[in-house]
Formats: sequence, structure tokens, C-alpha cells
Amino acid sequence: MKINQNLAVSESGFLFNPGTGESFTVNPIGAEIIALFRKGMTQDQVIDSITDQYHVDRNTFEKDLQDFTGILKTYSLLKQDD
Amino acid sequence: MIKPTYTIGVTGLNAIDSPGPGIAVIRGLREAASFDVRIIGLAYETLEPGIYMHNLIDKTYLIPYPSTGTDALLDRLIYIQKQEKLDIIIPNFDAELYSFMKLESRLKDIGIHMFLPTFDQFEERHKVNLSKFGKKYGINVPEGIAINDPSEIYKHIDDLEFPMMIKGKWYDAYIAYNQDQARTYFNKIVAKWGLPVVLQKFVHGTEYNVTGLGDGEGNLIAAVPMRKQYITDKGKAWAGISIDDEELLELTRKFVRSTGWRGGFELELMKSGDGKYFLMEINPRIPAWVYLAVGVGQNIPEALSLLALGQKPTSFGSYDVGKLFIRYSWDMIVDRSEFQNFSLKGEV
Repeated sequence: MKINQNLAVSESGFLFNPGTGESFTVNPIGAEIIALFRKGMTQDQVIDSITDQYHVDRNTFEKDLQDFTGILKTYSLLKQDD
Repeated sequence: MIKPTYTIGVTGLNAIDSPGPGIAVIRGLREAASFDVRIIGLAYETLEPGIYMHNLIDKTYLIPYPSTGTDALLDRLIYIQKQEKLDIIIPNFDAELYSFMKLESRLKDIGIHMFLPTFDQFEERHKVNLSKFGKKYGINVPEGIAINDPSEIYKHIDDLEFPMMIKGKWYDAYIAYNQDQARTYFNKIVAKWGLPVVLQKFVHGTEYNVTGLGDGEGNLIAAVPMRKQYITDKGKAWAGISIDDEELLELTRKFVRSTGWRGGFELELMKSGDGKYFLMEINPRIPAWVYLAVGVGQNIPEALSLLALGQKPTSFGSYDVGKLFIRYSWDMIVDRSEFQNFSLKGEV
């Protein structure tokens, strides 16, 4: 997964897509996930990182992450790897 | 650096809910880096708010409506020129542009410079001709047709389908969901703006606008794209944000290059669900939201004034992305005597 390179992300979780003018807010865990994608992590690496840090089982988080990335793709904020 | 002072006449002082661009243009001129200004307002109505905004406008004159003909306008402008020695006029209404274009060389003879589209450019991009325009220049334009009788609506239902846009020659646009509504809007528009009325295929999507400036030789001097963030019931942007979209900028460059556009302009576009841009309208003048362009680093009114004076301003290379404009309304307190003076004498 690749985060839209132009996306502006604030620490507080405010996202601005300069190409479309759309803006969004995400909660702290959403902001953290986006930051991990921006570092170039794969989906599996993101799952590892979050499940290591927080008290959440892998299956539950995997499902939640799928929902979240689905929304990000809908708004063209995230693209599937080529 | 010693800056020259130019006296500039500006129309479109109706800073109302569907605002004329005048006040935004004047704000840009007042912030010009290369010159100082004395601003002369040119108003059609006694209650145009700009008339009473003395912090922005030094003096305002009433001018006759375009419908009274160019002779009446020329007489009035000759009178104003004797008093004020205008260097430039920036007309800001679609409906008055034709008159000013007709008077361009005569006004130049008395020292008033303008930088307007040519007659061909003005006509070609007209709502009535937009479909042809799109085909000629390879730009996506929703299918449309100009009609002169409401009975013609029926003939175009299969091609355009409901909902369809019903648009006035100069202003106003409505979405009609059935034939009854289409007829009602047709009559409403004819009563206000006359014939023809334009039927246009409805494109569902997000509205984007670009304001820019062409030098008349195919070069784009300025271009700032904006996404409408808040839209009034009249379809006007009450808030917007500058964006960075190469496709929009390329489309704008193509428009200016292929038409050799001369002057300020606004492109109104719709981005459909599948990400395709459709050019909905080309306004042949600076838009009311132009102060966003000034605020993000492209002072279009200043550059247009320099072009009018025969200078060659360099193209703006960039602008700040992600800056918003948020419009607001504001009640001024005006003494009755001022209103009275303007109503009786036509100047204040």
C-alpha cells in the first residue's frame, strides 16, 4: 500500500489532499497508521507494529485495518502497490 | 523605489450574496507591489455597497446600464475622464463587457486603457457556443444547446436527460428534474436575462474553478485552481481552498494557448465521479473570489493592469496550496446624506 505522496498530515490527524482540496480528520490511531504507511511499511509491518504496541489481537486489528484502508482508498488517499 | 500612481476605474461594486468581483479586484490593486492606486468606482445602482466603502474606493460615479447603449456609456465615461484622468478601467460584469469592448479604442484615445478579450474570444466561449468550443479545442464540455422557445425542451430530453441544467445567457442556472420544472426555469430566466436559454447535460460531481490571466499571445500569466468548499443557494463559493492539480493547470494552459486568451478569466469545471473534468463555463473576466489568488501569491488585478498599460509582466511561477478564502457579510452604517448625494448627483 502506498499513501498518496502529496497528502499533508498533521500530528493531530488532520489530512489535506492538495490535489483535490479535500480534508479529513482521523483519530490518533488512524494518524499513527498513516504515519507508518508514510514510512513505507507494508500492511503486514503495520499490523506487526500496532499489535506489538497495543493490547489488540492480530485478527481483530487486521479486520479493522482492512476497513480503514478501504476508506482511505475510496478517497484516493491510499493506493494498492503496483 | 518610487512607484507610479495609477487611477483605475472598477465596476462590479455589488458586494452582495452573489457578489460582483469589484471589491476583490480593488483589494488586489491596493496591495499591488509595482504601483500605488487611486480607485474610482463605477456603479450601476445606488445601493452597491462598494460606493460607501471609502477605505477602498476614493470616489464613485453612477454609470448607465449596458441596455441604454454604448453612446450613453461613452458620454458618461468622457465626463468622468475629465474629472478623474483615469489610466485604466477594469470592467467586471459579463453583461457590460461587450459595451466596453466596443469602446476599447475610443477610450484609449482619451487615455483609458483596458485589457479585454477580443470579440471572437468573447463570442466563442459564450455559454450558447460552449459545445462547439469544446469540440474545436478538444476540451470535455457537457452537451448543450441554446433554445428560444420552451417547446424545444421536449426535443432534447432524449439527448440531455433529466436532471438537466437550465442556464441564462448571462447569469443564473437551475437544475430541472422534469419538463414542468424546465419550463418554469426557462420562463424565469427569459424574464430576467432574455433569450436564448441554454440547456446543458447535468454532470454530477465536485466543483472546481480556476482563475487566470492570458497575455493575448497564448501565454498564461497567472492561474490559481480552487475547490469550492461552501456553496450558497445561488451556487456561489462562500469558501474555497487553493489546490495543486497539474491536470487542471494543463487544461488552463491549453485553453489560453489555443485561444490566445486576452485578459482575466474564470474556468468553471466539474469533476465527475470517475475523475474526469468537464468545462461547464468560461467567464471572460476576473471572478469575485480573485482575492484568494492575490492571497496565495498571484496578484491578477495588478498583472492585468500592467498588461493594459502595455507592459509585460512575467508569469507567476507558483502559488501557496491549501489556503482558504472564507467570505463574510458585514453591515455598514451609512449616513442618509451620502445615499442622497449619490442618488441625486450620481457621484460621491
